[in-house]
Amino acid sequence: MLLAVLEHDGAAMAEAAREALTFGRALAGRMGVPMHAALIGNNEGALVATAGAHGAEVVHTALHPVLSDYGPEAWGEVVAAMVRRLAPGAVLAGGSDRGNEVLAQAAARLDVPFVANCLDVDPADWSITRIQWGGSLLEDVSLSAEVPLLTCGLHSVAAETAETPAAPTVEEFAVDLDAALARTAVRDRVVLSAGVTLSTAPVVVGGGRGVGSAEGFAPLEELAELLGGKVGCSRAVTNNGWRPHADQVGQTGTRIAPQIYIAAGISGAIQHWVGAMGAKHILAVNLDPEANIVTKADWAVIGDLHEVIPAISAEIRARR
Amino acid sequence: MRICCCVKRVPAPGARINVTADGQAVDVAHLGFAVSPHEECGVEAAVQLTEAHGGEVTVLTLGAPEAAEQLRYAASVGAHHGVLVPTDGSGWDPQRTALALTAAIRTLEEAGGPFDLLIFGNESADSGGFQVGIRVAVALGRPMVGGIKGIEIDGPTVRARRETDAGFEVYELPMPAAVGVKEGINLPRYPTMRGRLASKRLEVAELAGDALPGGQAMRRLHRPAEAASETVILGTGPGAAPSVVDVLADLGVL
Repeated sequence: MLLAVLEHDGAAMAEAAREALTFGRALAGRMGVPMHAALIGNNEGALVATAGAHGAEVVHTALHPVLSDYGPEAWGEVVAAMVRRLAPGAVLAGGSDRGNEVLAQAAARLDVPFVANCLDVDPADWSITRIQWGGSLLEDVSLSAEVPLLTCGLHSVAAETAETPAAPTVEEFAVDLDAALARTAVRDRVVLSAGVTLSTAPVVVGGGRGVGSAEGFAPLEELAELLGGKVGCSRAVTNNGWRPHADQVGQTGTRIAPQIYIAAGISGAIQHWVGAMGAKHILAVNLDPEANIVTKADWAVIGDLHEVIPAISAEIRARR
Repeated sequence: MRICCCVKRVPAPGARINVTADGQAVDVAHLGFAVSPHEECGVEAAVQLTEAHGGEVTVLTLGAPEAAEQLRYAASVGAHHGVLVPTDGSGWDPQRTALALTAAIRTLEEAGGPFDLLIFGNESADSGGFQVGIRVAVALGRPMVGGIKGIEIDGPTVRARRETDAGFEVYELPMPAAVGVKEGINLPRYPTMRGRLASKRLEVAELAGDALPGGQAMRRLHRPAEAASETVILGTGPGAAPSVVDVLADLGVL
């Protein structure tokens, strides 16, 4: 079987986990094996049902006091224990911070390879195409491993439920964990923005160097709010201190996947593009009709963002 | 504090990355080099910690002999020592890299005492394996958390903040510990004149190190197929706003 490791926040399945189940379902099909799922630190019925809806036939739940909150070492140790005892044909997680971290922890403990951010996997000979440079280059690798540990690139597949959902069997996976592993568990959480976040926003309004200043983002904020979206920015903007780094879209920032990305005053350097290319649609507002982002966009407005963005907001208000 | 910060020499981010004709390497003919961005911030974080708490920063890299340039850069922004594990410059797989770095850190610790903190970049800008730091930390038995965008030292504890979609998570690691940091933890300083002098004076120590290749072998690099897109120009200037709003209405995001 193929074992999909599920990222969750205790109540809801992470988008990356639903992507892993979607990717894993196809891979398990090519391997000719069933897909199982690993639910660590939780056995909520809703999470089990979501795993089943995405095609997991068996859900292995691991409960232990050390697993009461996320911790990379404890989670990695559980995955390693599952590999030893359940002998999966492959292990897959989503290519999120946690997915990559947990599989790297497991691989280190098992002393086996780990291939991060795969786009295409041929289980016949484990030849794999994976992401380098945040997606601006691809690497073909051949993997030689007792058990392949893989993550699928974030947003490289759209999460979809299975045509024939499973009512999964729940199997308790008894783990004996060293209490010392709690040393890397989450101690506290600070919530800064409840609700819509940059990586899940249906609309992102992005600003680049062309915005010109921190104050210049006010009209972008206004448009984002009208559309129930979030403001993003390029690396030039955070390097100038106009926006916090948390707003940065790109290889070293956040990967977005909105319904539409409105990119204003952004040239579209490759390091920004790889963070934005998960957008379903792109609308560029730029003075330069030859800018990279304009040539890659679905739609473009050629003009000064300082005039165009407020005009869009005004038009939306007029229609409401 | 004794801090060891591991860095990687990579082609400077921002440029278009091309592949050599045989697909075996990045074409570096017209590229400048830099410390991978997360690790550049790691060096800054290490220097800030020693400025606040005393101690020394050792910067460690594994790579072609030219990677000494990146150690000199680190010295120019405040790192105290630079150590190079020289290779032939070919791309090592993550297991091999981690084994060699682990051995190098053991050697440095035998000579100078244990490091309180190991700082890695969350992932390298080029190969992006997301694992070398974690493998080293596990091999050395150190607690390790990645994605870190804030570090404070509180007695024997490293308090580390990790950004999430909604805010951040707080971790408290007992030292000796390891962290994988991300860009945004700080804005790295520029080298000062004094820093440039220090970088010239830096004596780069070399440690021989090799390890057996792991199970992941690179066969070929290639550029992704670029989806041909026909850009529809909706208009020029603010007069295009109605057409933009029509598009938004069609997408159902109004």
